Amino acid sequence: MSDRKSVGKRQKQPLTPKRKAQSRREFLRASALTVGVVGVSLMGFIPVMQGKTLHLRPPGALKTPDDEQEFFASCIKCGQCVQVCPVEAIKLADLHEGFGIGIPYIDAREQACDFSCDGLQCVLACPTGALTHELDYPADTRMGFARLARPKACLAMQGKGFKGQARGADYKGLLRYEEVDRWTPIPVSEHPYDVEICDLCVRQCPIEIRITQCETAAASDDRQQQVARVAQQVGNECPPKHAITLEPVDLGDGIERMKPIVQDGCVGCGVCEMICPVESAAIVVDLDKNADTLGG
Amino acid sequence: MRYIKRSLVQLFGYKVPRPTKDQLSPAVREIYEGKVGKLSKADVEAVRHEHRGTFFNKWQKRRWATLIIVNLLFVASFYFDVQLVEGSLTGARVIGFHFADLNSALQVALAYKHIVLNLVIGMVTVFLMWMLLGGRTFCSWVCPYHLLSEWAEYLHLWLAKKKIVKNHTFSRKVRSVFYIIFALLALLTGYTVFETISPTGILSRALIYGPGIALVWVGLLLLIEVFYSRRAWCRYVCPIGVTYGMVGLFSPVRVKYNAEACHHEGDCRKVCLVPHVLDLTIRGGAEDVNQDVAADCTRCGMCVDVCPTDSLTYEVKGLSKMLK
Repeated sequence: MSDRKSVGKRQKQPLTPKRKAQSRREFLRASALTVGVVGVSLMGFIPVMQGKTLHLRPPGALKTPDDEQEFFASCIKCGQCVQVCPVEAIKLADLHEGFGIGIPYIDAREQACDFSCDGLQCVLACPTGALTHELDYPADTRMGFARLARPKACLAMQGKGFKGQARGADYKGLLRYEEVDRWTPIPVSEHPYDVEICDLCVRQCPIEIRITQCETAAASDDRQQQVARVAQQVGNECPPKHAITLEPVDLGDGIERMKPIVQDGCVGCGVCEMICPVESAAIVVDLDKNADTLGG
Repeated sequence: MRYIKRSLVQLFGYKVPRPTKDQLSPAVREIYEGKVGKLSKADVEAVRHEHRGTFFNKWQKRRWATLIIVNLLFVASFYFDVQLVEGSLTGARVIGFHFADLNSALQVALAYKHIVLNLVIGMVTVFLMWMLLGGRTFCSWVCPYHLLSEWAEYLHLWLAKKKIVKNHTFSRKVRSVFYIIFALLALLTGYTVFETISPTGILSRALIYGPGIALVWVGLLLLIEVFYSRRAWCRYVCPIGVTYGMVGLFSPVRVKYNAEACHHEGDCRKVCLVPHVLDLTIRGGAEDVNQDVAADCTRCGMCVDVCPTDSLTYEVKGLSKMLK
């Protein structure tokens, strides 16, 4: 106390040994806390480095086939893309993906993006441009690229048809069937197929569906519809290239076989992988390439 | 200016020096001098008792209701697809208007090194909103982690009273260190590192999009707060608090302290999340009869609820003057 009086000003009190020890402990704890919290947060790097975070991403994701860093950086992890998707294809990653937490991805086999929103709603919803606005139409998308991974399992390759529910009665996935309902997607299980040679991957391909629509409209006698279509074609709404076609193959055994051939126009949306009635899918979407990087 | 300086000093973990005798206004000096030995412990207890019967927990009730309603609005909006408040707390669209959490947006801007117009619009909107509403008001009135942490705090205090646990304090400067580290990490790694462990984002997404294993991390934080250190995340780590604290520098919504009737018994500091902001309620701590609690205050109103003499009240600067 005598000390204090001699100094005269309150703020220049020397610390008592007890206070000194306390502040030393506080400093040490704070250092441990810093190392701990920063250490835990940096563990988010591990799954990224291991490549475990590579996924099919929503249309327009700022990524190259093998680098998602820009997408991770620009995404604010809010999930607005999840909320606008009519088929609920988009999910958010969990903590085991490290830095990928809260970032949208698509599990195509469970529910692919079938572009049934027409306007790329997820792109429009994205507040940060992580799903880039440079995209106007489904055909501009570069999500991945489809590949017939198991040709022997493919029903068309075996010359077989398909009858029934594509993915069984319990499958929850949705697709929009324009001939059933132009506006609302319905469960795939409520839309059984009966085809002589299985062509589900081609039949349901959103790019192929649009090409057919454009061709039908262009061939139509209705002058008004023709004009409307031309206007859309200028804006590239009509996909310029085919995405998948079914072509005959002859293995010399007399069986009529067909093979799905993935074409340059494939955007990698994953509908073919989703609808493939074989378990597990004969056709899958590869993430390591897209229509622009083919051959590269 | 003094308010901003005092706020910044506290936000970054330093202590505001107690005013010297010359810095005290004559009016407040008179109040302090007049108070010596005036009230006995029994008197304080009597006022406290009477107060508890009337106003206890008024603001806490309102705050909890607000916090729950805001978070439920996000949930209901998605669940019933009514598009009122789309998104989550990190980024949202309220009836179509962009809102971006300032700290998340900052992380994105530093990691991505570009910023699109929509994000700027969202940031400006949110900045203006919290500037009007008090800055760290976000923490106590909206952040879902704050509510869980508040419940954990009751458990901690109960266990501490039974001498089962002990509160371990940290140097408050560590929060500024975290702020700088997480900003640098976003800039240097190109990843929004803090978002990976932010309980605010994790909880908001868990509420809206369904729970996940990330909740284990939130649970761990709560356990640390119950058994080791009271309110550790909000007090010593969370950069969101610092960001909104800086917004609050310019906010008219504050808690005002009036020294006249104050007993300096310290009930307010005992309930406060950030007790350093209430150092001015210590005898000799306020420079003037009326002084505003600085911007690190979350405007939660716990002190307003608990103060037996109504020496701490909410005020809206400018508006209160107009009302007089």
